[in-house]
Amino acid sequence: MLNKEEKLNPKLFDEDVEQVPIRNGYGEGLLVAGEQDPNVVVLCADLSESTRSEAFAKKYPERFIEMGVAEQNMATIAAGLGISGKVAFMSSYAVFSPGRNWEQIRTTISYNNSNVKIAGHHAGISVGPDGATHQAIEDIATMRVMANMKVFVPCDAIEAKKATIAAANIYGPVYLRFAREKTPVVTTEGTPFTPGKAEIFWQSKKPQVAIIACGPLVYNALLAARDLEKDGIGAMVVNNHTIKPMDEKRITEVAKKCGAVVTVEEHQVVGGMGGAVAEILAKKCPTPMEFIGMQNVFGESGVPKELIEKYGMGVKDIKAAVKKVLKRVK
Amino acid sequence: MEALHENKIKLLEEIANRIRETIIETLVEAGSGHSAGSLGMADIFTAFYFHILKHDPKNPNWENRDRLILSNGHICPVRYVAMAYAGYFSLEELKTLRKLNSRLQGHPYRAALPGVETTSGPLGSGLGQAVGMALAAQLDKKNYRIYCLMSDGEQDEGNTWESVMFAGKNKLNNLTAFIDRNNIQIDGFTEDVMPLEPLKDKYESFGWHVLEIDGHNFEQIVDAVNVAKTIYEKPTVIIAHTIPGKGVSFMEKDYLWHGKPPTKEEAEIALKELRTLGGKIQSEHQ
Repeated sequence: MLNKEEKLNPKLFDEDVEQVPIRNGYGEGLLVAGEQDPNVVVLCADLSESTRSEAFAKKYPERFIEMGVAEQNMATIAAGLGISGKVAFMSSYAVFSPGRNWEQIRTTISYNNSNVKIAGHHAGISVGPDGATHQAIEDIATMRVMANMKVFVPCDAIEAKKATIAAANIYGPVYLRFAREKTPVVTTEGTPFTPGKAEIFWQSKKPQVAIIACGPLVYNALLAARDLEKDGIGAMVVNNHTIKPMDEKRITEVAKKCGAVVTVEEHQVVGGMGGAVAEILAKKCPTPMEFIGMQNVFGESGVPKELIEKYGMGVKDIKAAVKKVLKRVK
Repeated sequence: MEALHENKIKLLEEIANRIRETIIETLVEAGSGHSAGSLGMADIFTAFYFHILKHDPKNPNWENRDRLILSNGHICPVRYVAMAYAGYFSLEELKTLRKLNSRLQGHPYRAALPGVETTSGPLGSGLGQAVGMALAAQLDKKNYRIYCLMSDGEQDEGNTWESVMFAGKNKLNNLTAFIDRNNIQIDGFTEDVMPLEPLKDKYESFGWHVLEIDGHNFEQIVDAVNVAKTIYEKPTVIIAHTIPGKGVSFMEKDYLWHGKPPTKEEAEIALKELRTLGGKIQSEHQ
């Protein structure tokens, strides 16, 4: 059942659950961060509406920097601002930033330990009809591999707002990953969000499997857990929003308690969140695992829900992965 | 900035020569590193650290200091040596260049050495960082200036031109860039590898004020920086024509000296030439 302490959306399992694009939380978070700290500046590479940087631009025009379609330049300029006392948020689609400007991020932001927050929007295949060119499915890997970098993947718009505000209050480079589409609102303002602390959203009495998820697929993970409960399979669902530094303690605890793990992410399974979980468990508590995510392929055009199903990240796929991993436990 | 009297020019020339000698000694000790660009920029670095910059070597993070950004980080030996002579750290520390546990990394690392302003080496990303610093200064209403030194080879990088375009659009008058126009890059002469000319026209068309100078003439270096301060509606770029390997005849204008240090024997010849100003004076070492 849902973990009451997490104060999740009570209408979470309703047919008409409220759905809000995760990126909206970024826009709202920027306004709060901008009000809290006059040193917050926002850069955007010709996508201010789409990345929801627009509201900040309207409220604080002198602190909004229009870059044009120049993501490499955006990274270097943000780096210069970040080492000059500013808290620089840079916004674009994840494919371009941190995709195209990876080396600039590595050298001038991460190695430099500049106070820059990289907001990668339209992450995952749920970007939909734009197709594979615009669907970032490698960004968790390319960001989490950098020293100094922190990586947050919020599960809904409310958590995205909290993650954005939290990033502003952390000194140094942070990568924030946001999905485009309307996503069911899983959390509430009262749901805890602490960077580096994974939360247990679903807790069965006798859990046999830990479903560790991040991003919009946390919702699918919860639906799968509810179905599994009906099938007599107890589960835990962990909202693993901080990919780096990951909550090693909790990941190890849930693996130990359940004895089997399924990771769920809208990202390549190689090098992503699941890979990071496996790195921890290999050291601390080797556990049978299955990985839900993109299986070494690119996406394509389509309606988000269709794409999630076609590429094996739907509720039925999570359930199947649970059953598969449980066979290995026996 | 104080006026540039004849005696000061003479002093700067002497410092620059000493810096060249120390660059040779430092590169031999390191066993690797970039000779040509380091020697070629010795005069400009001398002008900055000993005449142009508002800075405090004992307080490298002084908030109101001018920022000197080196975009083409590979010529950092000249920067390290100039900083040591200016009093940022001891000359002794130069012997650690490129060695384990050194603050003097093969390419500059901001966190290791206060005063280098930023981490650089991968080409084309220094100007953008300088632009970010110029924007921060304007937001904070600070009147320190931002200087960015670039190579001509890194004008091949797209990121450079993105930054050029941005600085032109935003009329960043607190930003002055220098291009070390020494005409060489790793694979050969710039005009063979990837032609840059007409470079002046390119910058002008991007909204910059452009000056061209002899990068070995202190009067011209200082005058150009002073002119840049009076240009209110644009950023300024100073195309400084320099001789790669300047001061060591067998290194001059030879692109093969871009990325290697002299051997001990070569260094001896080089030092003899530098210490006698090419045979013009008696060296105290003789």
